[in-house]
Amino acid sequence: MATKFDAIMARRGEIMRRALGMDYSEFETSPIAFDYERMMAAHGYSLDDIVAIQTKAGVGHTPLLELHNLTDVVRSTCEPGKGARIFVKDEAANLAGAFKDRRASVSIHVAKEKGYEGVIAATSGNYGAAVASQAARASLKCIICQETYDSRKIGQPEIVEKARICEAYGAEVVQMTVGPELFFHMVELLDETGYFAASLYSSFGVSGIETLGLEVSQEMRALTGADPTACIITHAGGGNTTGTARGLKLAGATDTQIVSASVDLSGLHMASDNDFNRKSFTTGHTGFGVPFATWPDRADVPRNAARPLRYIDRYLTVTQGEVFYVTEALVKLEGLERGPAGNTAMTAAVSLARDLPAEATIVVQETEYTGAGKHHWAQLNFAKQMGVEVRSGDPRQNKPGTVIVIPERLEQVQANDFDVARMRRSYVRNSLKAAPEGYVPTADDIAFLAADTNSTTADVEAMLVELAGREA
Amino acid sequence: MTETKQAHAGDWVEVECVLLEPADRSTNLPAETAEKPLMMWVKGFAEGQAALGEPVTVETMTGRKVAGKLSAINPGYFHTFGEPIPELVHIGKDLRAKLAAYRASQTGGA
Repeated sequence: MATKFDAIMARRGEIMRRALGMDYSEFETSPIAFDYERMMAAHGYSLDDIVAIQTKAGVGHTPLLELHNLTDVVRSTCEPGKGARIFVKDEAANLAGAFKDRRASVSIHVAKEKGYEGVIAATSGNYGAAVASQAARASLKCIICQETYDSRKIGQPEIVEKARICEAYGAEVVQMTVGPELFFHMVELLDETGYFAASLYSSFGVSGIETLGLEVSQEMRALTGADPTACIITHAGGGNTTGTARGLKLAGATDTQIVSASVDLSGLHMASDNDFNRKSFTTGHTGFGVPFATWPDRADVPRNAARPLRYIDRYLTVTQGEVFYVTEALVKLEGLERGPAGNTAMTAAVSLARDLPAEATIVVQETEYTGAGKHHWAQLNFAKQMGVEVRSGDPRQNKPGTVIVIPERLEQVQANDFDVARMRRSYVRNSLKAAPEGYVPTADDIAFLAADTNSTTADVEAMLVELAGREA
Repeated sequence: MTETKQAHAGDWVEVECVLLEPADRSTNLPAETAEKPLMMWVKGFAEGQAALGEPVTVETMTGRKVAGKLSAINPGYFHTFGEPIPELVHIGKDLRAKLAAYRASQTGGA
């Protein structure tokens, strides 16, 4: 018998088409491939148009700061001639306190132009605050669906704070217990209200982040005379990486290395009621980073605009304890008190800077707001209450959900390279799985998979041979 | 004698409802999640009088009417910073000393 869940999910395509005001089927070219660039351009806004929309919305043009003290303290730990200059784009200076304002501003602009009465987004993160703030400015109603609590109605302080800020901006916050059915209820609410789906993963949202890459390039050229050697990006669902990398390329910064960074949460299950309050991070972690990169189309839109494997050169992971250490270091050395999850890339930058020459430059492209609940102290105090051990020591002994090990010295902050080649293979495998059984990829499919994984067609052909061998 | 808290029409309150019973939930959930109902809470203005735990309908900020069980009256936010973290408190002092030593070594003709 079909459950209530199945019944709504069966009508999902039709509901989402109306709620997005866009028919994704026109971009499909085969059971595997679709025209990504045509989908991204379908909204008709140029990058200049988006800059104008965001300027009017009070979003963007955030300060780019050079972190002289952090750079020097990193140089004190590496061999002479090493230690790249570290810069940060202080995205916390956006209206609602994060780069997510860029993402929300375009969606809200579209919703307003198309005459929707309100917007809905499913998010437990800064995106909720961004949508709520932008909706308030546009006089649109706003519902935020949030995974807030475990079955005992206990919520991570960071998520509780995000509910508060959304309610402060006048949004209706629908709070739920743990489970992927958050999206089911969002679809139900879209059906009930007729509101616009301000999805994190629509082309509107991801195009909104392109301005961040553009600003990084323009401001680094003005400040240092060149594009950055590397741009390092806190990575969760992949939108931040995708949008920033696209913006950098549009600005002509084609030599800048794109480095994504996530907090390693391996071992914790994202849909587990028991693990929910033991993560100590609500975003920027591998629990989103890996599954979304290796299968972007698991999102709430038919085709995800966030496709990070197209752009990633390196993917670094850091531990929870290392991020808390660097968050504290940033406050004390640079006078920048910012949220811990947004400092994930900053943590990886400390490690990356050590390996690069002193002439090299690294831009950490975001920070996020902090405050009660959404603060490294609050997260660690909560972790202790949830039975997670917190101690000083070697961060390699950090075990998500069990023990958070805060480094004793800066030298111990050491990012790990995640195997991007493995992620590419896994993406290709997932694409084949999503196609009808027995479907044989065409030459066009292979070209699409190559573009979608930043590989050559020969690489993809080799992956297909390897996968076929494994199936046999 | 304990007095049951009452909400009156127009009060800002929170209601609780079961969105999905365990049997109606998505498949492929970990056992500890699958065995629990999917719960939902939302805040709004009470449409009538009710005691905590009693059914009531609210009008939310978007004007939706949601019926549920009264779970809080004038619900607040109590998240904070908490105590300083002993494992973090030394970091600023250590790194400022390290920075000063490095800068001294650079200007000291190293």
